[in-house]
Amino acid sequence: MARTRKRGVDYSRWGYFFIAPFFIIYTVCSLIPLASTFYNSLFESYRVGLTQVGPNYVGLDNFAKIFTDSKIHVYALNTLILWICNFIPQIAVSLLLAVWFSSSSMRLKGQQFFKTVIYMPNLIMAASFAMLFFALFSDGGPVNSILLNAGLAKDPIRFLSRVDWTRTLICAMNFLMWFGNTTILLMSGIMGIDVSLFEAARIDGASPTQSFFKITMPLLLPIFAYVFITSMIGGIQMFDVPQILTNGNGSPDRTSMTLIMFLNKHLASRNFGLAGAVSVLVFTVTGALSLVLYRAMMSRYSLKGSSN
Amino acid sequence: MSTIATIERPRFLVGWRILSYAFLIFLSALCIFPFLILIINATRMNSDIQKGFSIIPGSAFMQNLSGLLKDPNIPVVRALANSVLISTCCAALTTYFSSMTAYGIYMYRFKGRNFAFNFIMIVMMVPTQVSALGFIKMIIDASLLDSFLPLIIPAIASPIVFFFMLEYMKSVLPFEIVESSRIDGAHEFRTFNSIVMPILSPAIAVQAIFSFVTNWNNYFLPALLLNSKEKRTIPIIIAQLRSADYLKFDMGKVYIMICIAIVPLVIIYLLLSRFIIRGVTMGSVKG
Repeated sequence: MARTRKRGVDYSRWGYFFIAPFFIIYTVCSLIPLASTFYNSLFESYRVGLTQVGPNYVGLDNFAKIFTDSKIHVYALNTLILWICNFIPQIAVSLLLAVWFSSSSMRLKGQQFFKTVIYMPNLIMAASFAMLFFALFSDGGPVNSILLNAGLAKDPIRFLSRVDWTRTLICAMNFLMWFGNTTILLMSGIMGIDVSLFEAARIDGASPTQSFFKITMPLLLPIFAYVFITSMIGGIQMFDVPQILTNGNGSPDRTSMTLIMFLNKHLASRNFGLAGAVSVLVFTVTGALSLVLYRAMMSRYSLKGSSN
Repeated sequence: MSTIATIERPRFLVGWRILSYAFLIFLSALCIFPFLILIINATRMNSDIQKGFSIIPGSAFMQNLSGLLKDPNIPVVRALANSVLISTCCAALTTYFSSMTAYGIYMYRFKGRNFAFNFIMIVMMVPTQVSALGFIKMIIDASLLDSFLPLIIPAIASPIVFFFMLEYMKSVLPFEIVESSRIDGAHEFRTFNSIVMPILSPAIAVQAIFSFVTNWNNYFLPALLLNSKEKRTIPIIIAQLRSADYLKFDMGKVYIMICIAIVPLVIIYLLLSRFIIRGVTMGSVKG
């Protein structure tokens, strides 16, 4: 009978103690600051030299200002260009590699080696990676030296003074840092597909191309959605690479200035009003994307464990 | 193993295999090439580097290293110590408290449990940058600028690590173990610390590595919160090298500094790569 009595003890309230630290810290370090960010976006508050201007309530003036004076739409467009030009080749290459790696008829050898190598750049500090590219592609750097010696260029290419090259370098770095990660995610998705589906298709006379487009692709859709949205949210946060590569200027002529670089500029100079307006805009976009991701992830999710 | 196509078409496949190997080798070369130049140039003298690139390593590695360590403007050793301290604390806090949160939601049927879970899932992807302004203001008001605490404490609330630990718990932690511990009269927190945590240790190890790397590489907030020279972390020092236009002074130093930021992580990664790569997919959606 002791057992029944024990069962009767209600342990559920203990849950509150276990989740309390998370919620206290999240509220203090993220929710209250987020509210304060929204609040500050309505005030004019900046520094000129040592004098502090404001905070004065200005309504939505800061939002008007970031569009008229600062041309935030240009930075948003830069961010979008830099993200898309890395994401499209990234998803194409990753899908190809994932299919190759998981195909038993290809029987690729050295998979572990290739996976190890292509995932490696993901762990490299973005700041040092950008600094490395800056050194490699500087006017007198190793890449120009190799190009000149090989006769591929007559004069050193001024990579970082040209819009196309600067953007290409940023996209190339982001591509290198993320395609290994995406490959591994897509691969786990392909591995999760029931083998008997491919068997059945084969018996019915489907070609590999047909089974790829009619089985693999549709069943990979949830993983695709996940990769797409997380990559987009990551793309909106793009900062370290262009910041270090262009020394925070978004050079040449602000064509590689991203939204978060712009936010960082105002935070560093303590122009809290404009920084607040930028934050609110970035929050709106990432928040909407997060909701889409949440719905996609939760549609078939259950809190119950497989061990119970 | 799943199969894309099991039909044997030898000739067709040979072509594909050659093509795929060529492409994989090309991509691997792209990934390795920048680091190869980095390591070669870190061993060459500034004057040699300025003359042009050569594939043959030099012998000035120690000279470059001691030059960097002696430079009073670049406190490398201090920055290394700071980065290790912050990253270690974050890794410890984030894994312990995320496990604790996940356990609370997984094990107890309290009122508001679903709300708590859904809340964490919704905020999972909201980037820290959007609340950075309010956070920085709060830190200024609390006179905690230039302290490591604002960089370490938020690690307690990490939705992504929480979700990862929850998924892991679902696959390895049966309710029976916890119940038998209760019958033995163990306190709830004691059960968590001495029975649940050891079961979770493989997942904790993976997440500790990821958390360490993330914080080691973190640049945005530290650069805004840390001012004084002795509080700088490695990414801030790298940014400082960039803005001071060190290329004109001593390239050897620049390359060796980048080496210091990258090489320790690459070594850890190569030792644990199987483990890490397996960990990448564990917390994401199941296709």
